[in-house]
Amino acid sequence: MKANIIVTLKHGLLDPQGKAIEGALKLLDVPGVESVRQGKIFEIELAEQDRAKAQDLLKTACEKLLANTIVENYRIELV
Amino acid sequence: MRAAIILFPGSNREGDVFRALASVTGRAPAIIWHGEHDLPVGTDLVVLPGGFSYGDYLRCGAIAARSPIMDAVRVHAARGGRVLGICNGFQIACEAGLLPGVLMRNKNLRFACHMQHLRVERADTAFTAHYRKFQVIKVAIAHGEGNYTADAETLARLEGEGRVAFRYCDDVGLVGGAANPNGSVHDIAGIYSERLNVLGLMPHPENLIDPLVGGTDGRALFESLLAA
Repeated sequence: MKANIIVTLKHGLLDPQGKAIEGALKLLDVPGVESVRQGKIFEIELAEQDRAKAQDLLKTACEKLLANTIVENYRIELV
Repeated sequence: MRAAIILFPGSNREGDVFRALASVTGRAPAIIWHGEHDLPVGTDLVVLPGGFSYGDYLRCGAIAARSPIMDAVRVHAARGGRVLGICNGFQIACEAGLLPGVLMRNKNLRFACHMQHLRVERADTAFTAHYRKFQVIKVAIAHGEGNYTADAETLARLEGEGRVAFRYCDDVGLVGGAANPNGSVHDIAGIYSERLNVLGLMPHPENLIDPLVGGTDGRALFESLLAA
């Protein structure tokens, strides 16, 4: 089974990298860009075939390592 | 005092802190590989040195914080043993749950590398007894992710319990404003754990122990630890 984990900065926290990218997009005349926030995506391949078990396992991975839940949110997508 | 410096892949300030400790205490610290499971018997002080452990992959300090040796460091801290996390070591201590909060990318996105003044917030801890309260010291900083952040409740606790160790200031001790190099909340440069036995700070006191390299303001931190 494959999964994507998307980690993003919590709202309200300053994301200087996102701001810099936003500034660059505006310089490039990409119209209508109002704001950019940068995150991370992890593509994970799992031996586990049971979706509920995979979900639990990935939640553990997020809590233990992939996200710092003080400042980041995570979302698990099984594909 | 028996000190142990933890060496992670990508640490690069272990030599500096080794020299500082050896020079002040007269005793060579042990250097312990991160893959070990135990600290040397009788360790008084654990140092998490600066550097770029694991190339700052994932988040600064995140992977190092999950190293095998960190369980032993947590046990040491829980017993009241002293831990000093400098720069990347501060980031590792936060990621390992030894200290609250997190160090984010510098607000201006620049790597801050210069001499920096700090105000010593209290002089009654094992780390700062050889300073004076509100003494202004000059030490080096060199980091890209030193922007300390914590939630409002944590910050209130840190302030209320007197757990801010150092704040960024200018040469006359005026805290904050342009003297804050990274956007750190409340101009925090370093914090203590609840029992004041763990100190994490972004600046490098270990680099200011010899007049040859521009100052000795860092020396008192190691002298304090020796006397504690």
